[in-house]
Amino acid sequence: MALIIESSPHINKAGNNNAGTGAFMREVILATLPGVLCLYYFFGFGVFFNILIAVSAAIFFEAVVLKLRKKNIRLYLSDLSAVVSALLLALAIPPLMPWWMTVTGVAFAIIFAKHLYGGLGSNPFNPAMVGYVLLLISYPLQMTTWLPANSDISITESFKIIFLLENQLIDGFSGATPLDEFKNQLSQGFSQSEFIRTETFNGFFAAPAWEWINIAFLLGGIYLLFRKIINWHIPFAFVAGILLPAAIFFLFDPDRYATPLFHLLSGGTMLGAFFIATDPVTAASSNKGRLIYGFGIGVLIYIIRTWGGYPDAVAFAVLLFNLTAPTIDYYTQPRVYGYSKDRQQKP
Amino acid sequence: MKATSAPVKIYAFHGGVHPPENKNQTSHKGIKTAEIPKELILPLQQHIGAAAKIIVNVGDSVLKGQKIAEANGFVSAPLHAPTSGTIAAIEERPVQHPSGFKGKAIVIKSDGKDAWVNLTAHPDFKNIDKAVLLNLIREAGISGMGGAGFPSAVKLSIRQEQKIHTLIINSVECEPYITADDVLIREHAKEILIGVEILNHILQAEKILIGIEDNKPEAIAAYKVAIDNSSLDNVFLAVLPTKYPSGGEKQLIQLLTGKEVPAGGLPVDLGIICQNTGTALAIHDAIIKGEPLISRITTVTGSALSAPQNYRCLIGTPFRFLLDASGVNWQKLSHLVMGGPMMGFAVHKPQVPVVKTSNCILAGAVGELLDPELEQPCIRCGSCADVCPANLLPQQLYWYSKAKELEKTQHYHISDCIECGACSYVCPSNIPLVQYFRFAKGEIRNKNIELKKSELSRERFEARKARLEREEAEKEAKRLAKLEARKQKNTSELGSHSSNSSSNNINSDSDKNIVQNNNEQQEAELTLAKTKAASSSKQWKEAEKALAAAQKSGDENCAQLVEQVKELEQVAQRAQQHFKKLLDAKKSAQSASALTQQTSELEQQIESVREQSAQASNELKNIKKALLSAKSGQGDFSELEQKSEQAKNKSDTLKTQLRDLLARQKQEQTPQDNSAVLNRLKIEQATLKTQIKKLQKAQQENNDADTKAELEILLSEANNKLSICNEALAILNPVSTEI
Repeated sequence: MALIIESSPHINKAGNNNAGTGAFMREVILATLPGVLCLYYFFGFGVFFNILIAVSAAIFFEAVVLKLRKKNIRLYLSDLSAVVSALLLALAIPPLMPWWMTVTGVAFAIIFAKHLYGGLGSNPFNPAMVGYVLLLISYPLQMTTWLPANSDISITESFKIIFLLENQLIDGFSGATPLDEFKNQLSQGFSQSEFIRTETFNGFFAAPAWEWINIAFLLGGIYLLFRKIINWHIPFAFVAGILLPAAIFFLFDPDRYATPLFHLLSGGTMLGAFFIATDPVTAASSNKGRLIYGFGIGVLIYIIRTWGGYPDAVAFAVLLFNLTAPTIDYYTQPRVYGYSKDRQQKP
Repeated sequence: MKATSAPVKIYAFHGGVHPPENKNQTSHKGIKTAEIPKELILPLQQHIGAAAKIIVNVGDSVLKGQKIAEANGFVSAPLHAPTSGTIAAIEERPVQHPSGFKGKAIVIKSDGKDAWVNLTAHPDFKNIDKAVLLNLIREAGISGMGGAGFPSAVKLSIRQEQKIHTLIINSVECEPYITADDVLIREHAKEILIGVEILNHILQAEKILIGIEDNKPEAIAAYKVAIDNSSLDNVFLAVLPTKYPSGGEKQLIQLLTGKEVPAGGLPVDLGIICQNTGTALAIHDAIIKGEPLISRITTVTGSALSAPQNYRCLIGTPFRFLLDASGVNWQKLSHLVMGGPMMGFAVHKPQVPVVKTSNCILAGAVGELLDPELEQPCIRCGSCADVCPANLLPQQLYWYSKAKELEKTQHYHISDCIECGACSYVCPSNIPLVQYFRFAKGEIRNKNIELKKSELSRERFEARKARLEREEAEKEAKRLAKLEARKQKNTSELGSHSSNSSSNNINSDSDKNIVQNNNEQQEAELTLAKTKAASSSKQWKEAEKALAAAQKSGDENCAQLVEQVKELEQVAQRAQQHFKKLLDAKKSAQSASALTQQTSELEQQIESVREQSAQASNELKNIKKALLSAKSGQGDFSELEQKSEQAKNKSDTLKTQLRDLLARQKQEQTPQDNSAVLNRLKIEQATLKTQIKKLQKAQQENNDADTKAELEILLSEANNKLSICNEALAILNPVSTEI
């Protein structure tokens, strides 16, 4: 009988077989399912190829770096954080990305954005978004080439474009996203009322296909809220941050500014709100801080979408607010028990 | 008004968790009186504060309830023999310490008779003075029985100006597994209420709130009956929703009053005092029966036992004895915890005895309590912040504790962590957060002690330096004064041809001239040296530049230039050194002259008066002679007599003047001799004063009861020292006593 000497507490909520961080990550992966299926429905098999490439690359690079860092590979791989990062990156990029570009993005995300800063928990920037931005500024053409929704692309065609790099095939499918198209139309001098009835924009609530993709990610996000994997603060403030300026400017000039609903259900809004901005490692950590953080990202997304050079802005906005998270945390400490309300001083 | 008629408003506190309760194993079984073990081990440290002082010897025979160690200071508690027998040993034994340290303990060999000492009961406590009751509680060795073990009499000794409006009886027992208070209430609610009555008699509170969780329906029912039959009419039962840590003192106060204990403060500051259920019963026993605290209810539970049970056991009973009585399976036993699974600490050996704070012995079987797990990285999920009852950000505290950024941990209020363990309990990454926080708190404590030490030694060093400098300056001043005096003498001798009365003036004038001349000369020399140093260093630098240029262009004269540069460098250095020397000399001369001026002035005066008086007495002698000769011969008597009278007067006045001056000089010198001692005392006094202030501040800021008690002791020591210091100062320096 050798007594085990451990510091209190001697029990854990998850019991003795605490799956740990891995359990959190599994739930996140599960919650992306509706969104993944929706992307597959509208854009074909390329989504699965992207996920496959990104996840295998992530596991490979993660294992290599863990080996170099002399860490317990099994333990750290089992936290599934690399898989989640790769999955989110794969969902954010166009479904016909050449495979080596995806691998490059994942490699940069895992090696540079994550492990060079100390690995899981120590990275100041969201690795998936760092990988995304690297790809966006390196390969702007491929990163903005989406196919029109419901284009009947076969699994073989997807395979050929992604893996065999048969570029001549792309021309048949390439197209801009509604967010991109909106900007194009405006720059050509049209007002919203003139082009809003066209095929790209006349969905149920907003742009076709994208509205359903966003709703699917929203459903996944609600699942995460329900499972208490994420708190409501960031997604709520994120959505509010887009909604508020969108509503104001739309009421101010409906010809030039898109409807609030269009913003909410286009591009990466819901994926960003529920899956990307909520990455706890890189977000603010007090509840008040989370509200500020989420709202800031939302507003920044609206600003870049409306007046910036890029059609969508989730990645830039998230990264820029990753920078502010420590400062937000510093100034939004909750009032500790026994202290008066004004600035943590003793009463 | 009875409890049933007026429900108490329940407030909420932030966070909290709901761990599995595990109370059914023992809650329905009642209290079993444990047998008396052959050997009882009584650690001297069973409470917060100073360890008790032994008053028995090995071999002494003692009776049950006899005092065997007395309180050592105000924050301390005495110990009593739990049964009759002999003192077998006084030695180091494994005790209840989280680090497995041994501690001094009195070992009693039981004689099996269990014979009581004579007891004095006070059932008429209502007619007894508050102070007497407090002393009885103190002498009974009662310290908080909920876990912290703060001496109860100290907690109940409130200052005159403090008014207690609410007395809270903590019957929450929110820790999983523990049912000691539960069964105690079921069986002894009446006695507990009498204990509460005694407490109320001491505190005179407006109302009494009994806090209890809703998972103890039988205890609640027992309380209700007891309250209905009690003579108290201001007791209210507050049934709380089950949530950990509702039983934490701060949380319970928040739950029942909606108020928060100010950071660094005590509940007394809010007019509230909390007492544990077991403590109330112990007070009942001490006053009504006269029995000191020698036994307690301990829950012995855990799945390594076949018959978990609540025992009334004697203080000093080894854990092993109780475990065996509960059918322990030593093979299955993997964890032994004193206290509950959330805040209890792992015990290293089963020989450890039950002490006054042992509310539970948790014998965990393999798999029941946590095995050491691999800690995963923190992903800042914030679950810990959601459950923290102090509303801290454990994820930030963890980050900074791990990085040993102690200041940051203080910024995030690490000292307000109550170590309840809720954060570690919910952490998905298996991070032992509380352990990190304890570590950081310990580091901060160590750092503060270091800081205090180094500050003290710095002060001591500075005081010594100042003293040495002063002594040096005094010596120098004396030397210079002597020199001055000698010089004066010489010049006065030289200039004695001129009229005596004015010789001194001339002397001082010429002296001044000399000094001035000296100064001027020095100044001139200094300027010269300065210019010399500057020009030579300039020359040297130029030469160096030339050399560099030459080297660049590959000039042949390089070697020569190198020589030159070296030479110039030496010259420049010499010149600089010379200049520095002169400057230093000037500075020291200045400070010395400033110091000597005062003393030399007095000395000059004395010298002049002395000379004058010598002259006067000479004159007087001459006149007396003249008078004598005049008397023998023929002459003008009256005139001479008058003159003699005058001269005598003058001489006398001068003499007294001289005496006065000498006395003044002496006076001025005596304090100087004493001044070293005086100054040292003054410095000591000042140091002690600051120390006391710091200690008081620390005491205010610290809310850890343990350190508070420690600080109390330190403070009283410092105060003692200060009073001694003040007395000494008063004797040495009766004029300026600053107390």
